[in-house]
Amino acid sequence: MSSPARLRRAPLLTVYVALVFIFIYLPIAVLILYSFNRDGVGGFPPRRLTLDWYRQLFADGAIWDSVVNSLIVAAGSVALSLTLGLLAALALDRARFPGKSLFRRLVLLPLILPGIITGLSLLMFAVFAGAQLSLLTVFLGHSTALISVATTELFAGLQKMDRAQEEASLDLGATPWQTFWRVTLPNLKLSLIASGLLIFTLSMDEIAVTFFLIGRDNTLPLEIWGRLRRGITPEINAVSTLIFAVSVGLIVIWYRVRTRGLGAQARELLERS
Amino acid sequence: MYSRAYKTLVSLPPLLWVGLFLVLPYAMMFAHSFWAVRDGILVHQWNLHNYVTLFSKPVYVEVLWRTMRIAAAVTFCSLLLGYPLAYYLSFHAGARKELLYQLVIVPLWVSYLVRGYAWKTILGSEGVLNGFLQYVHFTHEPVAFFLYSPFAVVLVLTHIYTPFVFLPLYAALEHIPRPLVEASEDLGAGSAQTFLRVILPLSIPGLLAGATFAFVLSLGDFLAPLLVGGASGIMIANVVQSLFGAAYDWPLGAAISVCILLITISLLFLSERLEKRWSSK
Repeated sequence: MSSPARLRRAPLLTVYVALVFIFIYLPIAVLILYSFNRDGVGGFPPRRLTLDWYRQLFADGAIWDSVVNSLIVAAGSVALSLTLGLLAALALDRARFPGKSLFRRLVLLPLILPGIITGLSLLMFAVFAGAQLSLLTVFLGHSTALISVATTELFAGLQKMDRAQEEASLDLGATPWQTFWRVTLPNLKLSLIASGLLIFTLSMDEIAVTFFLIGRDNTLPLEIWGRLRRGITPEINAVSTLIFAVSVGLIVIWYRVRTRGLGAQARELLERS
Repeated sequence: MYSRAYKTLVSLPPLLWVGLFLVLPYAMMFAHSFWAVRDGILVHQWNLHNYVTLFSKPVYVEVLWRTMRIAAAVTFCSLLLGYPLAYYLSFHAGARKELLYQLVIVPLWVSYLVRGYAWKTILGSEGVLNGFLQYVHFTHEPVAFFLYSPFAVVLVLTHIYTPFVFLPLYAALEHIPRPLVEASEDLGAGSAQTFLRVILPLSIPGLLAGATFAFVLSLGDFLAPLLVGGASGIMIANVVQSLFGAAYDWPLGAAISVCILLITISLLFLSERLEKRWSSK
């Protein structure tokens, strides 16, 4: 890392970077500002601030139904993707099977390929299997697409783990099952929380795959999408502002968890030395 | 140290699941691309007709070509914004580094849809930008071409993918050993020379990764064109979507999807090879 003395001034670069930040934050700022604008989403400057759009939003049953649907799908996806992702990470870390490196690449595909391809493939599969499109198909789609988020994070966690702890546990007479619950899982706590939060956020926001798997009940992004087609009102700004606030809230929680986790690790290191 | 039963128990469920819900669906997409539709009914008759149609009808080639150009423009613009950002954070931000880093990351957590929508309200003919331009008497009539154009698609996608491009670039720049930079400066190279001959070459792997992200993610996007693209901003994934919807020609749609898939995978492969070759030099 460069020492402060090495920091040179680069006024042009600084201005440019400030402009990039403005570009990144301009839409978000406009979005939030106009959620309080009585005259709607366009025009300049915004005049006559109001909370009416939020009032309208809180009375809007369809939106809240879709929020509940999204929460159910996201919670389910976290549970299923984490379970499968954890098993896959353990398999990659410990087992040997043919096609292992192929498997590693395969689980990554939904994150790499355009969502439309994964979405349509799953749609074909659902039609083939005779499944009715519903929140269940959306949940299965999300869980499958997001396995790799958990696998990648948890595999990294396993690689960093001190293998001697597990060996000691087994040597001292604990069953593999006890060792898994008392040694392996606690060691992966941070990776589990991190990937869980990421899966939750990605599922709440997912639209490309959901687009093709949705039945009659909408998730929140698709409910918003449907409304965009019918014309835009600041109510959408209001709900987007709330989503933004919740997302930022989740990030803050995550940093708290992480820094506390790191703090605990640092303390441990100090105690050991 | 792990028993056979343990290994089987952890391997089997994910393998079966991925096989059933991932490999099989992708394989079905592949199979569909060799089938046909006759009188509105899917016929399982193996043929290459869809691929012939795809490359002989100018309309598909044209959209594919436009999609490539849009993706290339997005890649270029994201690098133009992302590289200086990453460079500044890595070499000039000092104590504010961590905070600024978080500020770049936060928008990644903001819904894709929400950001696309925000741009729609800014660019529209009754939108914020036109309102502003008229307010400052720069124009008197709303400017129509902001929204519903390839330009709008490039703008929105650049906005969405700049943080994605930033991440690998920043990681690459942070990995450059600082003594190298200091040595270059101590030996009399100016900052421009140091950048061109030390920093830039060492950041190429990050640059490649970022550019690949931006290009591949833009290539298969169908939401931004629907939101802000209008008729002139249609991309290849929109064609797929309409073939699977109203036009009802799944096999042709599947053939286009397979093409997108192959382009994506070959680009990823190519970028990985290039990165390796560059790093081993």
